[in-house]
Amino acid sequence: MTNQSDLFKYLLHLGDNALIHSYRLSELCSRGPFLEEDLALTNIALDQIGRASSFLKYAGEIEGKGRTEDDLAYKRGERQFYNHLITELPNGDFAYTIAKQLILSTYDVLLFTELSNSKDETIAGISSKVLKEVRYHFVHARDWCYRLGLGTELSHTKLQNAINEIWMFTGELFESDETYNDLYSKGIAVNTNSLKAKWLENITEVLTKSEINIPNVDYMQSGGKQGIHTEYLGHLLTEMQYLQRAYPNAKW
Amino acid sequence: MNVAAIENDFQQKIDKDLFIEPKDAMPDKYREHLIRQISQHAHSEVIGMQPEGNWINRAPSLRAKQILLAKIQDEAGHGLYLYSAAETLNISREELIAQLHSGKAKYSNIFNYPALTWADIGAIGWLVDGAAIVNQVSLQRTSYGPYARAMFRICKEESFHQRQGYEIMAHMMNGTAEQKEMAQDAMNRWWWPSLMMFGPHDSDSPNSGNAFKWKIKRKGNDELRQKFIDKTVQQAEVIGLTVPDPDLKWNDEKQCYDYGEIDWDEFNKVISGNGPCNKQRINHHIKYHNEGAWVREAALAYSQKIQPNAI
Repeated sequence: MTNQSDLFKYLLHLGDNALIHSYRLSELCSRGPFLEEDLALTNIALDQIGRASSFLKYAGEIEGKGRTEDDLAYKRGERQFYNHLITELPNGDFAYTIAKQLILSTYDVLLFTELSNSKDETIAGISSKVLKEVRYHFVHARDWCYRLGLGTELSHTKLQNAINEIWMFTGELFESDETYNDLYSKGIAVNTNSLKAKWLENITEVLTKSEINIPNVDYMQSGGKQGIHTEYLGHLLTEMQYLQRAYPNAKW
Repeated sequence: MNVAAIENDFQQKIDKDLFIEPKDAMPDKYREHLIRQISQHAHSEVIGMQPEGNWINRAPSLRAKQILLAKIQDEAGHGLYLYSAAETLNISREELIAQLHSGKAKYSNIFNYPALTWADIGAIGWLVDGAAIVNQVSLQRTSYGPYARAMFRICKEESFHQRQGYEIMAHMMNGTAEQKEMAQDAMNRWWWPSLMMFGPHDSDSPNSGNAFKWKIKRKGNDELRQKFIDKTVQQAEVIGLTVPDPDLKWNDEKQCYDYGEIDWDEFNKVISGNGPCNKQRINHHIKYHNEGAWVREAALAYSQKIQPNAI
């Protein structure tokens, strides 16, 4: 028998990654470098909201206390969020967004390839759908890396700076978490530590073609999976949860 | 063919209700009129992303967030169709955007009002998109082919937007006292500006003469406004919202609503740049357009490296 509270937390982790990532991408609406790209970025945001909704809904069912996906999105505090730190970092310039997209979409393709074979049928079902989406997200990020890396000197510098700045948030993606040992061994969850080598290979290929160097980083940041976040998350939740918190008796 | 013959030929096509296509000869003034109108329409879709975008991350449920974001994407898509339609008239997107930034090209006045509460998202979808649809449906038969076809696609999506807005309002009117108050407040603030979207009374409308002759425009501002009022008042009543017009009453003889005097001083104030958000909206567009310059340059430089003969 699977420990349901571990599965619940794992589903929150999957849902929160998408939810918080979608928030940052949604902020870019009407702020893209041109209209087509505005559409592309918010389209990715839209996919992520759908993903968040599916995983949080399932999390609520597993928890069995009658909480909906909205209850979980809008009524948890910052210490109960389990997303990776990288998803909550404020938007920088366009190169920063693309660097983040490349890191996360490369990771997502590997993760959801595995999860679409999860022994948990619901996770497998959601993940198969997500996998189709994240493949597009990867292509989008990859092609922009080529354009920025090889476009102008300025764009190259900006992309290199962005990669340098964000790289310390990549370590956390591959930390295995012993809380989930049981879920790993049953083939329900994925120990992402096993994805690291392939991720590095895939991302190196794109960055090398873009003439971007992978930085040497001594320390990696982590804590998201344990609910220890950056200062940014509290502000993000304040905005996102405002209506639900201000009018607790209202239905929307 | 001389100019008179071209114009004669052109007018004959119009009178036969044939579409004018990009390669057809057309009077310069027709082209100019269309560029002005289509670009204003395109810019309106794009500027309209701002007041709604302002609420994506505060949407009160995941479903509401998805619907709102999808709707804003539709608006961006409409902007794209319309820019493309305008480009068939020999003007580039860069030029169109430069005209927006310089103030030469306008966008719909309605987006110079702020979206203050969640109910405003309902009101924008229901009233603003509702008013836009009335206008756009009539533009499906406009004489310029690419514009009419863009309208055809746009109308399909706009009716979904209007329902989305109405659903938000209906939901709130079914909710707590605070929600009802919020919904009525949004109604009070958005009703009159929505009526102004149809433009001045026909008797005061400066650009209409040729627009009718060339069948760019098929129906007058007042007729379209009346149509909007007649369908919307009933929708308001169904969910218990009060239309903020003490003079509004059903006219049995004319079979339509009589309504109060529109505050044209306010209309003129906002249209001349002094509305609550004029500066905010245009500055936002300029800021992000300028910030994106290096990205557009990089994309262009890259495409020239990959396919040096493509441009």
